[in-house]
Amino acid sequence: MGTIYIDGKASEADPKQNLLHACLSLGLNLPYFCWHPAMGSVGACRQCAVKQFKDAQDTRGRLVMACMTPAAPDTRISLQDPEAVAFRAGIIEGMMLNHPHDCPVCDEGGECHLQDMTVMTGHDYRRSRFPKRTFHDQYLGPFVYHQMNRCIQCYRCVRFYRNYAGEDDLNAFGISNEVFFGREQDGVLKSEFAGNLVEVCPTGVFTDRTLRRHYTRKWDLRMAPSICGHCSLGCNTTMGERYGLLRRVVNRFNSEVNGYFLCDRGRYGYEFVNSEQRIRAAQINGAPTSVTEAKRRLSSLVAGGQQLIGIGSPRASIESNYALRRLVGKDRFFCGVSDGEWERTRAMVEILQAGPARSASLRDVELSDAVLILGEDVTNSAPRMALSVRQSLRQQSFETTQKLRVPLWMDDAVREIAQAKRSPLFIAAAGATRLDDVATATYKAAPEDIARLGFAVAHEIDAKAPEVPDLSGEMRELAATIATALTGAKHPLVIAGPSCRSISVIESAANVARALCDNGHSAALSLIAPACNSFGLALLGARPMSEALAAVQDHGDATLIVLENDLYRQLPAKLVDGYLAKAAHLIVLDQLGNGTTAKAELLLPAGTFAESDGTLVSNEGRAQRFFQVFVPEDGIKESWRWLGDQSWSSLDDVLSEIGTEIPRLASVIGAAPLSSFRIAGAKIPREPHRYSGRTSITANISVVEPKPPDDPDSSLSYSMEGASIQPPAALQPFFWAPGWNSIQAVNKFQSEIGEALRGGVPGVRLFETSTGGGYFDGIPNPFTRRTQEWLLLPIEHIFGSEELSAHASSIAELVTEPYLALNPADAAGFLAEGKPTVVEVAFGGLKQRVPLKVLAELPSGLAGIPAGLTALCGEELPAWCRIERAS
Amino acid sequence: MLSIIRTMWSVFLHTFHRRVTIQYPEQKAYLAPRYRGRIILSRDPDGGERCVACHLCAIACPVDCIALQATEDENERRYPEFFRINFSRCIFCGYCEDACPTYAIQLTPDFEMSEYNRQNLVYEKEDLLIDGPGKYPGYNYWRVSGVSIGGKGKGEAENELPPVELRRLTP
Amino acid sequence: MTSPYPFASIFGILIVALSLSAALIWVERRLLALWQDRYGPNRAGPFGLLQVLADMIKIFAKEDWIPPFADKAVFVIAPAIIMVTVLLSFAVLPIAPGIIVADLNIGLLFFLGMSSLGVYSIVLAGWSSGNKYSLLGGLRAAAQMMSYEVFMGMSLMGVVLLAGSFNLTTIVEAQSKLWFVIPQFLGFILFLIAGVAEARRLPFDLPEAEAELVAGFHSEYSGMKFGMFFVGEYLGITLISAMIAVLFFGGWMGPWLPPIVWFFIKVFAFLCFFILLRASLPRLRFDQLMSLGWKVMFPLALANLVVTGAIVTVFK
Repeated sequence: MGTIYIDGKASEADPKQNLLHACLSLGLNLPYFCWHPAMGSVGACRQCAVKQFKDAQDTRGRLVMACMTPAAPDTRISLQDPEAVAFRAGIIEGMMLNHPHDCPVCDEGGECHLQDMTVMTGHDYRRSRFPKRTFHDQYLGPFVYHQMNRCIQCYRCVRFYRNYAGEDDLNAFGISNEVFFGREQDGVLKSEFAGNLVEVCPTGVFTDRTLRRHYTRKWDLRMAPSICGHCSLGCNTTMGERYGLLRRVVNRFNSEVNGYFLCDRGRYGYEFVNSEQRIRAAQINGAPTSVTEAKRRLSSLVAGGQQLIGIGSPRASIESNYALRRLVGKDRFFCGVSDGEWERTRAMVEILQAGPARSASLRDVELSDAVLILGEDVTNSAPRMALSVRQSLRQQSFETTQKLRVPLWMDDAVREIAQAKRSPLFIAAAGATRLDDVATATYKAAPEDIARLGFAVAHEIDAKAPEVPDLSGEMRELAATIATALTGAKHPLVIAGPSCRSISVIESAANVARALCDNGHSAALSLIAPACNSFGLALLGARPMSEALAAVQDHGDATLIVLENDLYRQLPAKLVDGYLAKAAHLIVLDQLGNGTTAKAELLLPAGTFAESDGTLVSNEGRAQRFFQVFVPEDGIKESWRWLGDQSWSSLDDVLSEIGTEIPRLASVIGAAPLSSFRIAGAKIPREPHRYSGRTSITANISVVEPKPPDDPDSSLSYSMEGASIQPPAALQPFFWAPGWNSIQAVNKFQSEIGEALRGGVPGVRLFETSTGGGYFDGIPNPFTRRTQEWLLLPIEHIFGSEELSAHASSIAELVTEPYLALNPADAAGFLAEGKPTVVEVAFGGLKQRVPLKVLAELPSGLAGIPAGLTALCGEELPAWCRIERAS
Repeated sequence: MLSIIRTMWSVFLHTFHRRVTIQYPEQKAYLAPRYRGRIILSRDPDGGERCVACHLCAIACPVDCIALQATEDENERRYPEFFRINFSRCIFCGYCEDACPTYAIQLTPDFEMSEYNRQNLVYEKEDLLIDGPGKYPGYNYWRVSGVSIGGKGKGEAENELPPVELRRLTP
Repeated sequence: MTSPYPFASIFGILIVALSLSAALIWVERRLLALWQDRYGPNRAGPFGLLQVLADMIKIFAKEDWIPPFADKAVFVIAPAIIMVTVLLSFAVLPIAPGIIVADLNIGLLFFLGMSSLGVYSIVLAGWSSGNKYSLLGGLRAAAQMMSYEVFMGMSLMGVVLLAGSFNLTTIVEAQSKLWFVIPQFLGFILFLIAGVAEARRLPFDLPEAEAELVAGFHSEYSGMKFGMFFVGEYLGITLISAMIAVLFFGGWMGPWLPPIVWFFIKVFAFLCFFILLRASLPRLRFDQLMSLGWKVMFPLALANLVVTGAIVTVFK
């Protein structure tokens, strides 16, 4: 740290950073537009001008852009200098020349960075009498709404979209005063991270199209910290509600996890909460019933003397799973996923707990400088990680940058220096992935071969690792290349996951990570879990489902309790039918109607992430708490409340019991402060202090205003009253600071810009590295294709493969139709000339008709169907199938 | 001492002064046109609802008695889906009128709205909407805003250039 | 000379005093309105006379709320004290020949004693409310009472010297030739001021000073407990007016009309004067009140006593 002088006052600043970063870190208000903490400086907007002085004697100084000037020790600047103030006012006046008179109907209004900066610089009256420039807008898909008139040409959108997210269909067109930001033609934005444009754009050019359907200003939202449940990464989000309807999700900064960005599944998946399919009242044999009646029926069924069998869920919180496990007993609690998935999940937890490699957070992914991905298309299975992997590709070029003494924040220069140089990224997958465009090398193969490659890499790195027999020369060469790249890196990273449905792939990744660690490299390992709380469920412990069938059969009159789990998505339909037919009573708790709920004798409405509190364990092993945003009017309750013990009065009771009962999960209670936590005796308000309409919201029902609901489970309150200072990070309901209404108010909450929140990093890590264990040696035989049969594999899709988000109306627009994918050579036999072809897939006595799709990158001998989108989604894959052309 | 006695004397002389009280309801007081009484929602000169559901009145309201929800017609013209004022809470401060960017919400010279039942003081949009432009006859927000609505495309608002032709090659 | 019908006197005085003070509420509001060019209560009944009744019904119907932080027993007793002490003072008041409850030979001392006891009501109310504003009000009342009690008593010593008795009937009868207001004009002024302060009326209503102490000692009172303070205050004014009439204006004495009518005319005139005070004068600052009491009134009262004493000694 060095000392810089701002308006004569000495302050500490990091000399590796720029002056804007330094000023903002010190809590000073300096307006800016084009600079973004995650994207660095380009000096495009000229808004952050300050006066710089040569030395203490210099009184004239010169104007410099704070974002383009290093915060070198002994720098002397002035923010308040009249010339700098006038310059900044002039810049914003220029920007406002063409800015339309839209604020009242603009969705950005009230959380607009441009509004904030305009107020900050003091521009309040348009002096220009000249007409305003206008643009036609474009349709950019169901997520992002375009209003180009409002643009101030800061270039943030294209910098994010092209440079950061690596997609190329959004661009800047035109010249001089007529620069247009959009696509070449109307159309859906291709990037899976397009939703971030809403937050990146400093004004209302890109706004949230789903929010527009039920628009509410930021100040009117009741907000709570939440955890995204649409994949296993555990991104931190802020959910906002008004009038009992969940309105939107925005990013909640977590320096270790999602940073400033979310994927579109996480941002727009929230709408399932408002879905028509929601179960809003308890039902007995399909007929709606009251909460009391449902409770009575539940307790009579539970106390009925029949054997209780509980089926947990990888998408339910630890607390809900624990409540069920406690109700039915440890020995009759089953995991609710196929045996294969359960085995893979447990293996992954085992590897992360017992292995020497650190479980990588998304920040670790971003900072790694060589990546090997085995068997995953991360963009579709854990989308946010793909964005981090893209950033990791810049790491090696930073060495050159440092040699040339160019600071890292000087974004354009750094990218110019890097040219096409990227850190090594190797992807071995059973098909095309969305990161192929930036990969050093890709390897498309069947799961067995992917695993063999992984084992071969491990052996190349460490001769002690088992050797792969019958290795082809080509594969050996590739393994050697990968091994060299990984061992040459400072922070190598291995990513694997269950998408291939192969435990060998995961074990091979574990071997690579172990080999690297054993040879003195600080390798990290990231294993993607199949659902948001798969690891939590594995840590909790449950028996596999194959034993559940035996248990149901042993007790002919068993009562089956299914927790937030559509068994038809997890297990073969025949098997599920068997379970459900054998059980005397079926109790189901769920949020959305599905095949399992349709058969329930007693159906209980379970709260979604927006309506309940709970803890999820992410793929990093980070236990993070999500908090209820609003109290639903109807009988919807958290599953752990439905199933829980009468003596539990709050979430704290559940957590402390889990802590004593299951020592592995003892630290979960520390994921967020307990409900007794107070700031100066006050709770933390979920509503901003400007929340409007309190005395009118329910006035149409009764003019007598109800008391805001109590929240026994957290230290957040359901009102605007409470402590207004920064809470611990896990309890941060929203980001707002005086003068900073946009989400960029997060600047005011960080210990240093871009670094951890002052309230800490939310969540607790459960996995720590260990030195035990050894190499896996279950090397599979090479894949051999069959002549008339294809190995059927699921293909993950960001939109549709995840159960809940697929019910969000905006995401539903982008969900692909079911298909069967074949390699062009394989498909040739089925293709009818010029006509879309429908084929019939048959395996294990099942038949399914789907359109045929040709996928060039799919290895020969494999067939792919979209995961979670067909009636086959519960079947145990991979499986050999026959394909016939349907007549 | 003397001043005290003089004060008392002059107060005493008020015994013989005329009383200023207006004997409401037998007599009515004069209310200025800009008197802050019952709130109404006005319409554009073209007859459409003026309110664009921007929520500024709601946030300006010190007693939080305005609640509304925004929605749009098929041409993306915004209007309130519902607009509710709880007059049992309203203090007639007029901040909502000051905050309104479209002159939609206006206070009128009418204060005679007592009710025996408080519930009757909750006014919905149908109760608030009048058929004219109120105090500001000429103004139409949509003519100065940059968004397009039915009957007004991009670049057709007052003081706007026609939309930029993107595929033009000349600089 | 004691009344031949003691119970008739007791109940008569009780009823008259209470109803007079109730009616005073209406009188005061109407008079204040008159002097402020308004009408005052004029809707309930003829001339708004039933307003008093309406107010009474309202105050009886109100929730009798005792705050949870109050000292309950003391909180309940406090408003009763003021009623009792003021009403007891009426016992020694000679209204007309024969109409008196207890014609004590130390009547004047009894009156002074009772009016001093009245301060306990205020202090206890302020203390037991458990509210800092109330406590401040109570403390002010205590200081104010102590300061003004001293020269109130002294200012009356001139009258006692002239009449040669503490007995109020004797004092009235001693004025048959000349009302004491003439020889004791200074004493009258001093007593008038002290009386206003004793009754905690404007401009000396610092214990309640709504602008700074949000009604001071009775902030926390509601319902009939508040009503008792309210009525107690009006009883106090009535008492002070009656004492002025008795001590300085010849009590019931006057030509043509029956003595009791004269008495009430005089009392009513002073009541109106008190209301005029309220209508015209602003409230004093507390330090002004204290310095006025100790630095001006007290020396004047002493001087008055000395001069009167000297004159009486010389001319006797």
